[in-house]
Amino acid sequence: MQFHHTSLSNGLQIIGETNPLARSVAVGFFVKTGSRDESPELAGVTHFLEHMIFKGTAKRDAFAVNRDFDAIGSHPNAYTSEENTVFHATCLPEYLPRAIEILTDILRPSLRPEDFETEKQVILEEIGMYYDQPSYTAYETAKAAFFRGHPLAGSVLGTPESIKALTRDQMADYFRRRYVANNITAVVAGNFDWDGLVHEVSRYCQSWPRGEAPREVRPCPGNPGVQVLPRDSVVQEHSFLISAGPAAEDDLRYAAEVLATVVGDDTGSRFYWALVDPGKVDVADMDYHGYEGTGAFYTYLSGDADEFADSLRTARRVLDQVQAEGITEEELTTAKSKISSRIVRGSEKPMGRMQALGYDWTYLKTYRTVDEELAAIDRVTLSEVRRLLDQYPLGRVTTVALGPLTRLDS
Amino acid sequence: MQQEIHHHTFDNGLTLVAEHMPHVRSAAFNFLVPAGCAFDPPDHLGLAEVLTTMLTRGAGSRDSRQLSTALDNLGLDRDESVGVTHIRLWGATLARNLPSALEIYADILRQPHLPPEELEAAQALALQELHGLEDEPKQKALVALRRQHFPDPLGRDRRGTVEGIESLTPDIIRQHYQRCFQPHGTILSVAGSITWKPLLDLVGRLFGDWQGEPPPPWRIGPQPPNRLHIEKDTHQTQIALAYPAVPVTHPQYYDALGMVNVLSGGMSARLFTEVREKHGLCYAIWATYQTFKDRAAVIAYAGTTNDRAQQTLDRTLAELRRLADGIEEDEVARVQAGLKSTLIMSEESTSARAGSIASDWYYLGRVRSLDEIQKAIEALTPGSILDYVRTHPLRDFTLVTLGPKPLKA
Repeated sequence: MQFHHTSLSNGLQIIGETNPLARSVAVGFFVKTGSRDESPELAGVTHFLEHMIFKGTAKRDAFAVNRDFDAIGSHPNAYTSEENTVFHATCLPEYLPRAIEILTDILRPSLRPEDFETEKQVILEEIGMYYDQPSYTAYETAKAAFFRGHPLAGSVLGTPESIKALTRDQMADYFRRRYVANNITAVVAGNFDWDGLVHEVSRYCQSWPRGEAPREVRPCPGNPGVQVLPRDSVVQEHSFLISAGPAAEDDLRYAAEVLATVVGDDTGSRFYWALVDPGKVDVADMDYHGYEGTGAFYTYLSGDADEFADSLRTARRVLDQVQAEGITEEELTTAKSKISSRIVRGSEKPMGRMQALGYDWTYLKTYRTVDEELAAIDRVTLSEVRRLLDQYPLGRVTTVALGPLTRLDS
Repeated sequence: MQQEIHHHTFDNGLTLVAEHMPHVRSAAFNFLVPAGCAFDPPDHLGLAEVLTTMLTRGAGSRDSRQLSTALDNLGLDRDESVGVTHIRLWGATLARNLPSALEIYADILRQPHLPPEELEAAQALALQELHGLEDEPKQKALVALRRQHFPDPLGRDRRGTVEGIESLTPDIIRQHYQRCFQPHGTILSVAGSITWKPLLDLVGRLFGDWQGEPPPPWRIGPQPPNRLHIEKDTHQTQIALAYPAVPVTHPQYYDALGMVNVLSGGMSARLFTEVREKHGLCYAIWATYQTFKDRAAVIAYAGTTNDRAQQTLDRTLAELRRLADGIEEDEVARVQAGLKSTLIMSEESTSARAGSIASDWYYLGRVRSLDEIQKAIEALTPGSILDYVRTHPLRDFTLVTLGPKPLKA
């Protein structure tokens, strides 16, 4: 495996890791823009724009985009998060040039008004779908409460009101400001020829304009508190607990991953033994999420409403105990085995590797081999976990519960 | 495509099937035990689900915590799940940890403690999962669809019923374990960085002396009613429909697969294009194929705003019917390109290959090589798919809707 990187004169970056033994190749265009870069009246525009990118260009309508991707058997997709919009595809090596041609073409979209109106309906359907999922509403409410006053508070999807009010021109303006060449990285992993790739990407992207795409970056300590959202129609209680964590670019993120695994992995974790094993709730997990400039630990619990107040107290006790006593040497070792095994297996597919490369380049501005990634996890010590806990106390938590309960006695 | 696939059926009826995958460091495995929810006695629906939760709560010389810690220390990602026909135990980790993991799984399969004092917790989990379905409208509609479309026990959902779960006792759990967990028809598949001979020896040592008789086969019940509306105050109406297709064992299987992919294989497939792209009627719409040994179905799904639900259903049905009018050459070419690349990419995933070789063995009694599958994909033509569509038209379909109002079909 070999790593390569270069930039075009307009600032677009290209990185790649070649693996001649792979059967396929994965390519992703990482645009550094997300819901945190939206002003309130544009809520949801990034995600809506991601959909519109597939609706065609000067030379392709939406049907041609879909047909051309399918004709090379590629598996294209895209996602929008709070801080990245990523367009990606995997394909057999011989089709990479065509995949690059299609992807670079659609990244200069026409944003035709009639497509804009049709796709607006699809976005509203997507929001409707999520609104029927109680865990989603609990998550969005908790995230908005935790990040209140911070750009990360906004919803990636936006709201039906913000989407309905959005105009095609507002989106076109957002596109011009954010999809500038120097805000985009092309990431490729798998079986491909580096020189050929650079040639193709430069050919299609060198005319893209450069520009300023600033982002407001600051930490968020969170806003502790409890909110109960009573819902008659919901059967189980769904709850999110969010506390602050290190930023994606902070070295403490490895300790944060270890800690989330010890506390809330789906097997053998503290939450598992305290809550799932005895059958108090059917889901209890914790994830660490690093953002640019800040981070958070997300705990999700769902279970029968009758016992839920008690389950929530148990979860808080688990967090308090970890906060007070830290984790054990055995737990540290076990968590490292789990995380390492997942890293190795994730990297066996070009798609997994491409995501890891893109993440490292976006947040750390560096390249790491799989072995370097493993070594970083292996270096985590108990004292580092202690430092993490001191800096980001788990008890300083924002809690939202949605379901049959009208109040939580605590 | 050069592949190294091995299989061996032991005297007791257990089959080991394995694929050596060069260039990976991991290995994945599946145990398929013919003990799915189809084997649940009718008054104990949910039994397989509760038994599966109990399986890992201590086995052999290890108690529940020791077992969990031992597996976690091997970096094993694992999942135990109940299907209609089988209980599946899946695991994946670094290949060097595979032998130790299989040693522990021999205990889980052959010597689970099934501790009576933990039954209540396992029941509580099963009940919560059952209740949780109420908060997932899409899943609830699809579960109901299978129940209406396939006769019992094939239409069952693993989650069972409240009465079934509450009726369980430690004795019922243990008896069911003894009846269903046995080597005959059990499949162990392994794919990844493995060497056949030592693996065969290891599995022979761990499972060669396992004894038992297979449970009596299930009886197929009557056909349930093919229309159901579940009234619920939701933002979207869930639409789920199913109609018969040929099973994977049938000579026209690939044509059926081709048809489903014309409908829903890629972004340019018909359902996505006609219902979502042209009319913006929904976010999620797809069709898929589900097979048993002797029967199969095409299952189609759409979720859409209530006031546009009727229109969505009408357009979806129109697309299913329109198949018989003709299929284009370039549509089939795109289906072939998609299936072929999925096939080749599966060689990069130990879990995908471990899953494929196990299900091939169950359905076909052999493992298809990637070359064989690729040839069959290449042999698809508009004519062959159309022949299939015309001999298997959309006639008696099952329709389940969930939302404020029923729809007309």
